[in-house]
Amino acid sequence: MLHAARRLPLSGKIGLAIVLFWLMVALIGPFIAPYTPGAFVSEEVFAGSSGKFWFGSDFLGRDVLSRLLVGARFTVGLSVLAATLACATGTGLALTAAVGPRWVDELLSRAMDTMISIPGKVFALVMVAAFGSSLMLLTLIVAITYVPGNFRIARSLAVGLARLDYVEVARARGEGRLHLALVEMLPNMIRPLFADIGLRFVFIVLLLSGLSFLGLGLQPPDADLGSLVRENVSGLGEGALAVLVPALAIASLTVSVNLLIDAATQGKAR
Amino acid sequence: MTTPSHVDVRDLSVTVRRPDGTLLRIVDSVSFSIPRGEVLALIGESGSGKTTIALSLMGYARGGAVISGQIRVGNASLDGVGPASLAAQRGNRITYVAQSAAAAFNPSRRIIDQVIEPALIHRTAAAPAARERAIGLFRALALPTPETIGERYPHELSGGQLQRLMAAMALITKPDVVIFDEPTTALDVTTQVEVLQAFRRVFREEGATGVYVSHDLAVVAQMADHILVLNGGKVREQNSAATLIAEPQDDYTRMLMSAAQPVVQAITPPAPKAATPLLEIDGIFAGYGPIDREGRPANPVLSAVSLSIGKGAALGVIGESGSGKSTVARVVAGLLTPTAGTVSLDGEVLAPTLAERTREQLRRVQIVFQNADVALNPAHSVGEILARPLRFYHGKTGADARRRVNELLDLTRLPSSVIDRRCGELSGGQKQRVNLARALAAEPDIILCDEVTSALDTVVRGAILDLLGDLRRDLGLAYLFISHDIATVKALCDEIVVFYKGTRVEHGTSDAYAAPPYHPYTELLITSVPELRPGWLADYPYQPVAPVANVTQSSDICRFLQRCPRSRQGLCDIAAPPLRTLENGSRILCHLDTSELAH
Repeated sequence: MLHAARRLPLSGKIGLAIVLFWLMVALIGPFIAPYTPGAFVSEEVFAGSSGKFWFGSDFLGRDVLSRLLVGARFTVGLSVLAATLACATGTGLALTAAVGPRWVDELLSRAMDTMISIPGKVFALVMVAAFGSSLMLLTLIVAITYVPGNFRIARSLAVGLARLDYVEVARARGEGRLHLALVEMLPNMIRPLFADIGLRFVFIVLLLSGLSFLGLGLQPPDADLGSLVRENVSGLGEGALAVLVPALAIASLTVSVNLLIDAATQGKAR
Repeated sequence: MTTPSHVDVRDLSVTVRRPDGTLLRIVDSVSFSIPRGEVLALIGESGSGKTTIALSLMGYARGGAVISGQIRVGNASLDGVGPASLAAQRGNRITYVAQSAAAAFNPSRRIIDQVIEPALIHRTAAAPAARERAIGLFRALALPTPETIGERYPHELSGGQLQRLMAAMALITKPDVVIFDEPTTALDVTTQVEVLQAFRRVFREEGATGVYVSHDLAVVAQMADHILVLNGGKVREQNSAATLIAEPQDDYTRMLMSAAQPVVQAITPPAPKAATPLLEIDGIFAGYGPIDREGRPANPVLSAVSLSIGKGAALGVIGESGSGKSTVARVVAGLLTPTAGTVSLDGEVLAPTLAERTREQLRRVQIVFQNADVALNPAHSVGEILARPLRFYHGKTGADARRRVNELLDLTRLPSSVIDRRCGELSGGQKQRVNLARALAAEPDIILCDEVTSALDTVVRGAILDLLGDLRRDLGLAYLFISHDIATVKALCDEIVVFYKGTRVEHGTSDAYAAPPYHPYTELLITSVPELRPGWLADYPYQPVAPVANVTQSSDICRFLQRCPRSRQGLCDIAAPPLRTLENGSRILCHLDTSELAH
């Protein structure tokens, strides 16, 4: 693992460092936050940076750093969970389609085509409107939105692999479908799939932030990076740190994941 | 030498940097020259540096390799000190014909546009003139309907035709040098002869200078004036073709020559046949695509195929690509369900699909595929690949399995150090041994070998054939050995079956294939194999046979009629050929009898 990291190009190393930083923040952020995230600690709203409040205060006079440290956990945690859920489901269904009988493939593929024709944001908005917004529901909605995309990529990989001689040999040996899918095919799909998971993660961060920005995501007093931007948007005119910092956090998280994926997949293609 | 040579290479070396930073010379101080209008052949095993040398003539080195030394082609040199650099001459004065023409053409453009493209890019001719020249080349290359063939798309043409069209593309700019990189290796023997004849004729007519890269000494003997034998990037021997073949000086050349004619130690024929053969195939019909009401598939591949193999016997199956020989193996293995007919093992009828066969039945029949690169899972180590069948069929795990894996490696003469390596780190021959070892792990009664030696060099091929022979003797294995190369099959098998378009046209003992009479198609296959003597191609008796006019091919008459040089009007184009037994015991599907086929 360490060896692979050392061989990454510079952009990949930078990406990896920032991704690790955000994972770290998500893990320990709430424990090192200087103030309770919901507490009104500053007399002044939209205060600038100071020794007491590194990133200033927000529109209600709360500490931005503390809210950021806690908000990052929601954004990173939810996104990782949703991306993993989406890709595990998508890839699992794709392998089922590839090794199963033809009608299963046909059924799954057409079902996914139907789902992919519904715009993700609209679907999410409708679901939130219908069922309200809770952490669990939010994760599920976002995961479901990204299943079809992953399914398509994984299915095309799996169908290509299913025709290769080593899968044929295993089939001729009398191996069951589970062995074909998990032992013969899955290990050879893992690299492109990881790239796909990374990409989905970025989309999910943006979708979650977008929903929160619209007020349909995480509900106050909880806040993820998207809701931090939204609630402080009135400070944009005066260039308040309260709106800039969470926006930059979203940007740095998504850009660094992209950098890491690019570097990792390029290195392997060679 | 009175005339200055046309191509001159002095002290050519090509070095690459290994991942650990050390330098590796893949070509080491190679020098040669080619006079104008002559052909030099570069011959050697894979990894001998022959393609690297050919590419360096274009000033091109793959993936970070560094060329040093002096190369001059015509008046262009490598470093560009002369009037031009080699790299700038690519596609114009120096052209290249690759191994797989099918992969080299753009499938979405018409052939003619691609053939004349070099002339247009390098402005050597205007489009109408280039077209005219292309049609002239098509004619010289003996392509059918030279005026209109260019209007077609690549998928409408055969591999042999595309290879010739690629030669036309290479010659369109009247280049100084044409580089042929294994241009006939991927072709059937019968197609190879046609392509070689066409290449020879066009070379004569154009007076072109050529570099011909190949691993097949017999092919090279037909094409080249001079031969340069390479091994490990060094020149082993360099001489005129006739002299080199007649009196090879170097040990390595002699080894190449002996490897070209594989001989496997004679195996005592298996004990008198038991009442029931080990494997019996009876009246198999099979194919691909949807099946119609009468139970026939849209693309039938096999019709009424019957074979039988005794315990410890080896049956060879030969035929061109598309003859259905691989489909036989797939039906026996259960990978393809036949539409009619049965496969039985020891008198017990096997179910047509994999799912219905018992594990024990599956264990006894193992299949080995041609291309070990894709037949071995790149994600697993050699140890894992071999341990899986042990666990699956024999329930062996842990130390027990580990010991058996080592035995298998020993049996296939692989070092035990490969056990933790991935297949990507092994050589082609080693991969094929792992491929065999996996089949042996099941302890089968019969192995279906589908072109297992076709992707290998002659030297490696010989070693694998030896191994197959030894395994058969020591373990009493039976083989269904599929190949397009009759020399390989003759070396290993007791009996040989010849397939043509999904039917068995001849079946006889290996010895019966040593001399005529045989089926006209067998005769074509045998005479198409290049012999190791210069001038063989010039003496080659066959010209492409003009198809018999106005014959609609129905399933009732002889399938080989269209290409048969011995066909008789009023006989062959009317009735179905009978199955007759020749005096040497071979059974053939032909109207002609022993005396008519003997000369």
